[in-house]
Amino acid sequence: MWKARPEENNPLNTNPQQPLHSAAASPVAASATSSNMNTPKDTQKAAASYSDRADVGHIGKSVVIRGELTGNEDLYLDGEIEGNIDLRDHKLVIGPNGKIKATITARDIVLHGRVEGNISATERVELKKSCSLVGDVSTQRIVIEDGAYFKGAIDIKENKENRSDSRKPVVSSSSGVSVGAAPAYSASSS
Amino acid sequence: MSSPNLSLMRWFRTPGPSGSRPVGPVRNASWTSRRSIGLGEFLRTLSPDANQKLCVLDLGPTSPANIAFLTDREMRVYNEDLMREVRQPEYLVRAEDGSEQLDLDKFFAENVCYPDNQFDAILCWDAPDYLPESLVKPLVGRIHRMLKPGGVLLAFFHTRDTGPESPYYRYDIAQADTLKMQSRSNSRLQRIFNNRHIENLFKDFASKTFYLGRDNLREVVVVR
Repeated sequence: MWKARPEENNPLNTNPQQPLHSAAASPVAASATSSNMNTPKDTQKAAASYSDRADVGHIGKSVVIRGELTGNEDLYLDGEIEGNIDLRDHKLVIGPNGKIKATITARDIVLHGRVEGNISATERVELKKSCSLVGDVSTQRIVIEDGAYFKGAIDIKENKENRSDSRKPVVSSSSGVSVGAAPAYSASSS
Repeated sequence: MSSPNLSLMRWFRTPGPSGSRPVGPVRNASWTSRRSIGLGEFLRTLSPDANQKLCVLDLGPTSPANIAFLTDREMRVYNEDLMREVRQPEYLVRAEDGSEQLDLDKFFAENVCYPDNQFDAILCWDAPDYLPESLVKPLVGRIHRMLKPGGVLLAFFHTRDTGPESPYYRYDIAQADTLKMQSRSNSRLQRIFNNRHIENLFKDFASKTFYLGRDNLREVVVVR
C-alpha cells in the first residue's frame, strides 16, 4: 500500500492544491469559502447538540402539530408545525428537518429548516445556510449565512434601550453577515 | 404575444423558459469585483426619509451582503430570487408543441406580487437578460406599477454575448460604488438588448440613464 504523505494527513487542509492561508481577503468571500466547508452533517450536528441540552424542549422530526404552540422555555423543533408558535422570551431553533407553516414569535430564532410564515424576534434571527424562509422578518439583529434562501421583507427594529447608540457598521462573521443596531456576536462564537 | 422589437432583438439559443435553466452543474466560481457607477447613482437618489423607511426590492439571489448594506442604511429590504423562481417546475406548463412554457398568471400570482407604489427602489441586476422572453415585458410593467413615482430601478444589460464568460451573476454590494460578483449557474443569456430596445422596454418611465462598462455590461438607472 502507498504511504500517505505527511501533508495529506493534515485534516485542516481540505484542498491539498490550495495553501491554508489562501482565504479571500473580503468578508463576503470568506463567508462563501467557510460556508462551503459546512456540510449538511455539520449543520445537523450543531442543531442536534443544542437540542440535547436538558433545559431545551425537543420536538422530534416525526411529530406533526396543527394549532397553537406556546411555551416558556427554549425549544428545538424538528417536526412539522402548522399554526402559530409563540415562545415570547425564549429561543426557538428550527432543525434541519423542520417544516413550519406558522407565524413565529420568540426572543431568538435560528432556522435550519423550511419556514413559511412571518417571524418576529425581539432580539435575533439567524438564517443558516440550509434554511429556506418565505415570509417577513422583524427583528433587532439578523445573521444570514451564505446559501440561505429568503423570500420576503426584512425590517430591522431599533432597540429602544440603545436608541442613543449610533448605528454601528455591518459586522461580518466567518459564517455570514450580521446586521442590526449592535453587533450580534463575534466571529468565534458563530 | 411578444412585440416585433423583442422578437427581432433576440439571440435565441434555446427558446422558452427551459433556456434559462442551468445547462450544467453550478459553478463555484470565485468572487470578482467591479466598479459600478450605476449603483453609485442609484444609491445617491435614495434620500433617507425621516418619517418612513425606504422600501427596496432586490430581485437577485439572496445576498447577505446586500441585506446588510441596505438595512444598515435603515431601509426595509424585500428579496425575491427571480431566476430561482422561474426555474420552479410548478410554473411550467406543457404547450401544444410539447415545449415547456412559463405559466405567467400562476407565476405572477405568487411572485413579484406587491401593491402599487410600494417601493422606492428596485434592484433588478441583469436578470432581464436571462429571463424567458414572455416574462420580460410583463415584469417591467409590474415594476413600473410597484415603484413609487420618482422611484428608481437599477438594471444591467450585456452589450455583447461573451459565451461562457456571461454567466448569471449574484451581485453583492461591497461599497456604494463597488460590486462583488459570483457566477451562480450556467444560465445562458437569452438575448442582447441594445439602447433602443432598452428605451422601448422602459418607455413608460420618466428617465433612463446609461453607463457603459468596460466589461460589456451596460448599467441603466431608470426613474419612474
